[in-house]
Amino acid sequence: MLELFRFPGGVKPASHKQESSGTPIAVAPLAERLVVPFRQSATGAAVIQVRAGEKVLKGQLIGSAEGAFGSSVHAPTSGTVIAVEARPLPHPSSLAAPCAVIEPDGAETWCERTPLDPFNTDPEIVRARIRDAGIVGLGGAVFPSHVKTRAPNRIDTLVINGAECEPWITCDDRLMRERAADIVAGAEIIGRLMGAKRILFGVEDNKPEAARSLQDALGKIECGSCQVASVPTLYPAGGEKQLIRVLTGVEVPYGKLSPEYGIQCFNVGTAYAVARAVQHGEPLIARIVTLAGNYGQPGNFEVAIGTPMDALLPLGQPQDDTDRIVMGGPMMGFTLADTSVPIVKATNCLLAMSQKLFPPPLPEMPCIRCGACTRACPMILQPHELYWYAKSKNFGKAQEYHLFDCIECGCCAFVCPSRIPLVDYYRFAKSEIRAREREKVAADTARERYEFRQFREEREKAEKAAKLAAKAAETKAKLAQEEAAQAQKVGADKTAAELIAAAQARVQAQKEKDSA
Amino acid sequence: MLSAILVMALGAIVLGAALGFAAVRFKVEGDPLVEKIDAILPQTQCGQCGYPGCKPYAEAIAKGEAEINCCPPGGEEGIRKLADLLGREFKELSGEHGVEKPKSVALIDEQTCIGCTLCIQACPVDAIVGAAKQMHTIIAAQCTGCELCLPPCPVNCISMQVLPETIDTWKWKYPVIGIQPVATKDAQHA
Repeated sequence: MLELFRFPGGVKPASHKQESSGTPIAVAPLAERLVVPFRQSATGAAVIQVRAGEKVLKGQLIGSAEGAFGSSVHAPTSGTVIAVEARPLPHPSSLAAPCAVIEPDGAETWCERTPLDPFNTDPEIVRARIRDAGIVGLGGAVFPSHVKTRAPNRIDTLVINGAECEPWITCDDRLMRERAADIVAGAEIIGRLMGAKRILFGVEDNKPEAARSLQDALGKIECGSCQVASVPTLYPAGGEKQLIRVLTGVEVPYGKLSPEYGIQCFNVGTAYAVARAVQHGEPLIARIVTLAGNYGQPGNFEVAIGTPMDALLPLGQPQDDTDRIVMGGPMMGFTLADTSVPIVKATNCLLAMSQKLFPPPLPEMPCIRCGACTRACPMILQPHELYWYAKSKNFGKAQEYHLFDCIECGCCAFVCPSRIPLVDYYRFAKSEIRAREREKVAADTARERYEFRQFREEREKAEKAAKLAAKAAETKAKLAQEEAAQAQKVGADKTAAELIAAAQARVQAQKEKDSA
Repeated sequence: MLSAILVMALGAIVLGAALGFAAVRFKVEGDPLVEKIDAILPQTQCGQCGYPGCKPYAEAIAKGEAEINCCPPGGEEGIRKLADLLGREFKELSGEHGVEKPKSVALIDEQTCIGCTLCIQACPVDAIVGAAKQMHTIIAAQCTGCELCLPPCPVNCISMQVLPETIDTWKWKYPVIGIQPVATKDAQHA
C-alpha cells in the first residue's frame, strides 16, 4: 500500500457528485452547426488550414500546430466548412476569435486513421502523433501534452490525476468507470515516453467505483509499476502540486515545476485521449462534459468539440429557474455571458445555477485579517496580504508575496467570513502584471530601435561627411593634376615656340646665306 | 611637529590614491538617474513633451529643466511613477502637451500611398518599410503610435487605428461590488 501524505490547507465543500455520476456517458447528437475555434490550447491559436466552402472529413486537420508549443485542431465530423470567421469563445471576456463553422453532412466519414504501436515506435514519432492529434491537458489548463512529455531531466514518477476534486463535476469519474482500459493504456504510453519507473493513479476516495475500475484494468495488463491510490477527499486534491504532494510527499516549491523533481502529472482524460490518438489514430475531437446543477436530467455526455452549448444544454433539461450557466465547477468556473458559444477542449462541465441552488453571495465586508484564508490556502500563500496588495494595485509587493503561485482554487474566498471575492482580485492583479510586462517588452524594443536609428543617422551623417571630404580631396587632386598638365602644356608650347624660333632662325640664316 | 605633518601628508596621499583608484575603477557610465527615468517613460518617441525623444526628455527631467507631467502616452500612471522616483509632487497631465489616448498604431492606406518616403524619414523607430515610388507599409508590432508620420504625408493616407482588445490582451477588471437598486416607495411610484 502506498504511503500517503497531506497537503496544507484545503476545504471541504459539499461534493454533489451523486447527482450526475449515476448514469452512463451518453453520446450527444450532432448539432446542426459546429463552431470549432482555432484557439484551443493555453499556448495560442493553431494556423488555419481550411477555407470556407471546403469539404472536410471527420478527424481532418483544420488548424496545424505552429512552433514547439503549438497544438492542432481537427474537424469533429465530416461536412462542409461554411465559414471561417471570428465567433465568441467560451472565455470570461466573451471576445471573438477565428473559428471554422462546419455544417455536418451526417455521414461521419472518417479521414484515414493510422494506429501506431507505441511500444515498438520511436518515442519522437509517438510524441509527434500526440501533437498532431491536438491533445492538450483536459483537466482544464489545456496545455499541449506533447510539450509536457518532453522533460529536461529523468522522470521517475508519472501521476495520473483522477482526483476530480471540484464539486458537481463527474466527467472524469464516469470516464474512469467506463473506459479504464484506455486510460491505463494512455498512461503506459506516456510513461514509456518519459521513461517513468512507476505510474500512480490518484483518485479521491469519494469515487470508489472509479478506483476499482482502474484497478481491474491494471489487473488485466499486469502492470507491476502501476498503482491506484485512493486519496482523501479534500478540495483541491486534484491540483497538480497538491496531488503530487499527497501521492509522493514531494513538495514542489514556489516557482518550480514538478518535472524538476522527477514527477510529471496528466489528467485521466488526457491519458484516454493519448491512447485513442496513438492506438486508434483518432485526434481529439470530442470530450466528456458534465451537465450538473439545476437540471432535470443531469449526467455526462460525449460531445463533439465545437457543439454550441445551446444544443447541448437541453439534453440535461435545465429547470425553468436556471438563471446562469457556469463553465467549470462552482469553485473555479466562470459565468458564461452567452450560451451560444461552442464546447471546447477545456469544457469539463456546464453547471446550471439558480438563485435557490446557488444563492447570491451576501455583500462583501471589510477584511478583518482573521487569517482563515491563510489556513485554507493549499499553496501556503498569505491570501489576505495578496488581497491587500492587489486591491491597492501594489503589484510589485503582490509578486513578492508569490501572487503567481496562486492556483485560483478559490479556497480562500470559500472560507472568507467577510465574503470577499478574493480570487477576482488575484486574477485582476495577475492580468495587470502580465499587461505591464508586455508593455515593458514593447517599450524596450522601441527604445532599442530608436537608439539604433539615432546611431544609424549619426553613422550616415559621418559617412556622408567622409564621402564629401573624399570628393573634395578628389576634386582638389584633379585640379592640381590639370594645373600640372597645363604647366606641362605650357612647357610643351615653349619647346614648340623654341623650335619655331629655331626654325625661323634657321630660315633666317639660310636667307642671309642665300642673299650673301 | 614635523612627524605630525608627515603623518597627515602620508594619510592624505594614501587616501587620495585610494579615491583616485576608485574613481577610475568604479566609474559610473552615464547618469543612472536618466536611465531610471527613461525606464519609466513609455518609449513612444513621439516628442509631445517638446523634446526630440524619450531619452532627451529623461535627461531634461534629471537636470530639473522639465516638469514630470509632459508625457501624454505615459499617462497618469507614468507621472505617479516619476513622482515616486524623484520625490516630486504629483501633477495632473499638462493639457498643452496633449491628452492620454488609447494605444493605437498607424495604418497606411496602400491604395493612396504614392511612395514618397517622407513617413519613413519621420518614423523614430523604423517601423515603416518601403522605398521611393514603392508602396509603404507599417510594421504594426513595432509601431509605437507616436503619430509623427501623419503630418509629413502629402496625400493624407495614414490613419491611426485603436488596437482592439483580443483574448490575449484582455484583462480581468477590478472587482467592483454591483450596486443593487433598492425598491423604495418612490421607485415603485415612478
